[in-house]
Amino acid sequence: MQKLLLTIDKISTFIGQSFSWLIVALTFMISWEVFSRYVLDAPHPWAFDVMSMMYGTLFMMAGAYTLSKNGHVRGDVLYGFFPPRLQAGLDLALYFLFFMPGVFALAWAGYNFAAESWAINEHSNITADGPPVYPFKTIIPIAGAFLLAQGLVEIVRCIVCLQQGEWPKRGEDVEEVDVEKLKEMVHVKDEDIAQLDVFVISQENKK
Amino acid sequence: MRKEVWFGLSIMAAVVLAAFILLPSPSMMSNGHLGLLMLALVVVAIMLGFPTAFTLMGMGMVFGWIAYRSQNPDLAVQQTLDLMVQRTYSVMSNDVLISIPLFVFMGYLIERANLIEKLFKSMHLATARVPGSLAVATIITCAIFATATGIVGAVVTLMGLLALPAMLRAGYSVQLSAGAITAGGCLGILIPPSVMLIVYGATAGVSVVKLYAGAFLPGIMLATLYIVYVIVLAKFKPHLAPPMSAEDRHVPLPPFAEVISTSISSKVLPGLIGAIKGKRNAAVPMRDLLSHLFLGLLPAIAVVLIMGAVFIKVTKPIEQAALEGVVEMGGSSFDSAPDAGDSGGLAEPELEPEPEPAGGLQTPPAEEASPATPAAVPAAAKAEVSPAVAPAAAEPVAAQERQSAPASFWIALASCAVALAIFYAYFSFARLEIFKMLLGSFFPLAVMILAVLGTIVFGLATPTEAAAMGSLGGLLLAAAYRRLNMGVLRESVYLTAKTSAMVCWLFVGSSIFSASFALLGGQEIINQWVLSLDMTPVQFMILAQVVIFLLGWPLEWTEIIVIFMPIFIPLLPHFGVDPLFFGLLVALNLQTAFLSPPVAMAAFYLKGVSPPHVTLNQIFVGMLPFMAIQVLAIVLLYQFPAIGMWLPSLLYK
Repeated sequence: MQKLLLTIDKISTFIGQSFSWLIVALTFMISWEVFSRYVLDAPHPWAFDVMSMMYGTLFMMAGAYTLSKNGHVRGDVLYGFFPPRLQAGLDLALYFLFFMPGVFALAWAGYNFAAESWAINEHSNITADGPPVYPFKTIIPIAGAFLLAQGLVEIVRCIVCLQQGEWPKRGEDVEEVDVEKLKEMVHVKDEDIAQLDVFVISQENKK
Repeated sequence: MRKEVWFGLSIMAAVVLAAFILLPSPSMMSNGHLGLLMLALVVVAIMLGFPTAFTLMGMGMVFGWIAYRSQNPDLAVQQTLDLMVQRTYSVMSNDVLISIPLFVFMGYLIERANLIEKLFKSMHLATARVPGSLAVATIITCAIFATATGIVGAVVTLMGLLALPAMLRAGYSVQLSAGAITAGGCLGILIPPSVMLIVYGATAGVSVVKLYAGAFLPGIMLATLYIVYVIVLAKFKPHLAPPMSAEDRHVPLPPFAEVISTSISSKVLPGLIGAIKGKRNAAVPMRDLLSHLFLGLLPAIAVVLIMGAVFIKVTKPIEQAALEGVVEMGGSSFDSAPDAGDSGGLAEPELEPEPEPAGGLQTPPAEEASPATPAAVPAAAKAEVSPAVAPAAAEPVAAQERQSAPASFWIALASCAVALAIFYAYFSFARLEIFKMLLGSFFPLAVMILAVLGTIVFGLATPTEAAAMGSLGGLLLAAAYRRLNMGVLRESVYLTAKTSAMVCWLFVGSSIFSASFALLGGQEIINQWVLSLDMTPVQFMILAQVVIFLLGWPLEWTEIIVIFMPIFIPLLPHFGVDPLFFGLLVALNLQTAFLSPPVAMAAFYLKGVSPPHVTLNQIFVGMLPFMAIQVLAIVLLYQFPAIGMWLPSLLYK
């Protein structure tokens, strides 16, 4: 069971990370389009559709990855003060109350939505002769399914936490504010910071 | 369990209880009341700490189903599903939100290019003569770096590692140092290009371009107010921010410059030219001399290029109009006018800081420099600023009259020449060194921000395109500073994906939620209630800002904007408030949320890297004056809407 969950975790991460490279593609594509339009005077009518498809795919497919790294924004004013067991209990209840029905409905609705699009061979109507839209719409049920699987993993995490009284560890990942890395980047060591204490204390003594 | 937990839980229980007591009995309950109940419940549910995106999604689904069921029970399920998927798809194909991942990506890349160390050092030497110079340098560095990256946590942490030690060693008070760092670090979410304004624009249906144009001046104003405060404080209470000693200010010169400045002249131009001509210093290699002469002449070259470009633009319309006929005339002169203003107005600010090292270091009485910090010597500043304004104002006239070169152009040229003359009169080798440092740290970032903003604001590119070019610029910048490798790129890419997923999924959740809220008719009840209060516009604005300020304590800015802005925006037309102006006030207001204890995130980031004896309380106390300045800034903006609205109205009539 544990192993299966870890595998799902890893799959979510892998999928999310693979799709996150779309940002580089998006950067280059738009830059090229700008160059092509202003300098070569050869704009591409499909560029706008492709841009929004890349962006939509990027964030939808990163949803499960973000969930697996606890990256979705929480209102943590109170939550941060709760003991782990209470946190896990609340999370567990709300996963069943909000997350599971919501995401399942989204994936299910998305499946029908995409199926209709496939059935009518839908193309974008923003420009004449737009690119096909059905692959893009298929992203909704796929992303929903991955999110649902990751939600199951999170539920098990909550149960483990309820049993053991502390949160099981998450896989390592890059963090937005990684203090150790930032220290290294600007060449500051812990000792330097500790030495500064002298100045703070002397200031306090002056008062 | 701790007291605060019980306190929090009891508040939540009170909200739920109050909601049930205040609402009419179930039999009397209309859908609109259900909408209000939904709003009360969602605040409680968010406080419970579950990922907000899914709280909103789940709530929106349940209440959406109730709303549909009251109309037609048979179709309710299918309609709810349709609503969810349609809303999701509209977020996926939203053409405003595309710029979010791109700007976020640009921010992560620039953060990792590690410019901040150089930037802070050069800023601090450049402002050395100003009272409270280290704090001033900190705020300027924060403002620029935070604007380019937009990541509050990283900027505050980095400045805590760099600026806090420097300030403490120089004898600055802990409170002032902490306040300057935290306040400066938060500027990034206001000064465009910021993600917050995109999110507001997408929620409120306001053009992001106008928001960027509008938020620029208030952002600059806020930064200037901070700096003025620090300078005034340092002037009157020098023990809080002692001036720097002469040796700290000393700039080491390269050997050849040492030789020239002692033997020929300490000023750059006479020194270098004398050395090249005279051959008195055989030991100095010619290459060094020439390359430094080029560097020294850069400001002059830049001025010549810009004025040349302006001159060409000014004289151009005649030929075009003559060639392309009457129909094109209006279009072409209209086109060229903003362009000319662009090159004049955009590029000039880059030049402005140049006299800064000269002025900031030179002026013997420090009082003179104090009121106009960044612009330094009043004379030089005036001369340098006026051409920036003059061509911008003059060009449209010139274009319409189609004269070869208007008098204002020559006046601008003359004042530029005077400014350059003053600049070179004070331009010594020490200042050349500082100028070189600024060239390596300040100018690339400033040029990049101004280029991204300029292309958006002057309508040359859409925000999406400018954001993509900015990301490309970030890649090039990281490469230029030898920081671009696979590891850095991978980290930036993954972080971008996580941050964009966080913001955009929140959008998915909130758009389902607000659709349900509108279906239930909760909005109408709120509208009626607010209108029944019969408030004046001023009262309404104060009420709205206070509510947003209070919400800023428990909630993050993303949640406030995506959940509560849809409730406020429909009320605006009744009070005759421009949603653009309201957005600027909200953006300023949410700034204060980052600095308001006890939940201010900035304080916790700073605490994480400060020496153990610096307490959270000290940091909070240090932030309070800056918070007061923010409130002052909101009042100023409200009293003088022109601060925010002048630029958008000038550009987009």
